[in-house]
Amino acid sequence: MRALCFDRVTKTFEHHARRMLLRDRIAGLLRGTRGQRFTALSDVSFELAQGECLGLIGPNGAGKSTLLSLATGLAMPDSGRIEVRGRVASLLELGAGFHPDLTGMENVHVNAALIGLTRRELEEKLEEIIEFSGVREFIHEPLRTYSQGMSLRLAFSVAVSCNPDVLLIDEVIGVGDEEFRARCLEKIRAFQRDGKTILLASHSLELLKMLCQRAMWLERGRVVEIGEPEEIVAAYQGTRSDSAHSSAKTDVPTKRSARV
Amino acid sequence: MRSGRETAGSPASALPSASPPHTPPPETMTLAPSVFRKAWEGDYVFLFEQLILKDFKIRYRNMSLGVMWSLLNPLVMMGVMTFIFGGVVGGQRSRAFPVFLLCGLVPYNFFTGAWIAGTNSIIDSASLVKRVPVPRQMFPVAGVLSNAVHLLIQLALLFVMAWGYGYRPGVPWLWLPVIWALYIVFACGLSLASSAINVFIRDTRYVVESFNLVLFWLVPIFYSFSIIPPKYADVYQFNPVAALVMAMRNIVLDGIPPPMSLIRNLALAASLTMAMGWVIFARLKSRFYEHI
Repeated sequence: MRALCFDRVTKTFEHHARRMLLRDRIAGLLRGTRGQRFTALSDVSFELAQGECLGLIGPNGAGKSTLLSLATGLAMPDSGRIEVRGRVASLLELGAGFHPDLTGMENVHVNAALIGLTRRELEEKLEEIIEFSGVREFIHEPLRTYSQGMSLRLAFSVAVSCNPDVLLIDEVIGVGDEEFRARCLEKIRAFQRDGKTILLASHSLELLKMLCQRAMWLERGRVVEIGEPEEIVAAYQGTRSDSAHSSAKTDVPTKRSARV
Repeated sequence: MRSGRETAGSPASALPSASPPHTPPPETMTLAPSVFRKAWEGDYVFLFEQLILKDFKIRYRNMSLGVMWSLLNPLVMMGVMTFIFGGVVGGQRSRAFPVFLLCGLVPYNFFTGAWIAGTNSIIDSASLVKRVPVPRQMFPVAGVLSNAVHLLIQLALLFVMAWGYGYRPGVPWLWLPVIWALYIVFACGLSLASSAINVFIRDTRYVVESFNLVLFWLVPIFYSFSIIPPKYADVYQFNPVAALVMAMRNIVLDGIPPPMSLIRNLALAASLTMAMGWVIFARLKSRFYEHI
């Protein structure tokens, strides 16, 4: 069954440098006119079957995060169709909404409510969340006393607690120490065993190869290739080391196709 | 559909390699944008409660006086104004001038606090708006409702003062929940509109703040309706803040229900403002992500 589908999705963003004058802004707001725009995603199509794990590869600014935001439903595409089936959990940025003055426990409650847990679900899972985070003894301390690693662990624990059907992950499993990374990996593997669909953006190519059945290479908002993770990663790494030796402005995909 | 490896044989200028070969030509390629996904289906009550609690805790957590601050502001204002208008300027001192003042101050305080909090709510929750697909309306409404907590504290102060001056609750007091509910809906509607506009025009919050300053003089807080010349009555007629002040004085001081026309106008203003705010918000919210 199809769990997630992008059909010719294009997303552009407005350049913010201009149009700062109030009258321009009002005019733009009323008319809905669009100033100069930057294309973050261009004509992207792919599908994920239920239980599949797709890895997103690409340099910074390739559109990975934009793609995940669209799948999460945070922004609307300019054109194209997006379909997501089932409950979605997005691990886009751990600890969004965490407040330093609230205790760990209070932050868990706020965050759980935000990601859509009901009061009963949280009651059932609270123990598990605290156990998984490994910060039990500090759970009633204000978050500002936590180390960054500790608060990330707590955030991750809440984020994965909602039993999603589709999991969207943006470069967040590389956080924390070795032991916690291993736990995160184990958690994601458990999700895979349970037949959850996963879309994972990461710069950790080893991780992608390990977890994903397929990989998608994005470059400047376009899909370069979709296929076996091993091959895609190899091809991607090829262009990276290539461009490292050549001038910075070289058009990377051209370079690659020329080489193949 | 696309499980095998697709090669990128084309140059960068034509990179649609991810689309199948039978992709239609460019002019038919744009698909009207559509998103099919389950809407956020969490527990609204739980989330409201958490957002309101969060706001409340953050505000007072590091204060040694804690929630006393909610009482201190109206108490100080009441004291100062009793001194100025009851003593220095003099003239219009009624039997229970402090209670009279509170009937004006409490609605005014709630309105300004709620509207400012509502207006800033989307910007203040930028990290959430960019990361969590919660219905965006939650933020301004929660901003208003968390001020309703302070409102309850201030109302308690007002009732205690009224009791001290010998006013006793009667049947007209049953109107209190009605007028306050309408008033809160009105504040939510305004906040929905202003919070959405504030994302695109960040000056909005200063407009709101300035407006609130002006409003202080346009609401009969330290003067009574009876001194307003008829030719200026219209300024107050359609002002829900003034309406609430008037209704409060009717109910608490005079022990009579507020005029039916007042209730009707207030209900009308509340529903119209809410409808307008909702429409503006719904129209703008899809672009929050890009502008925040």
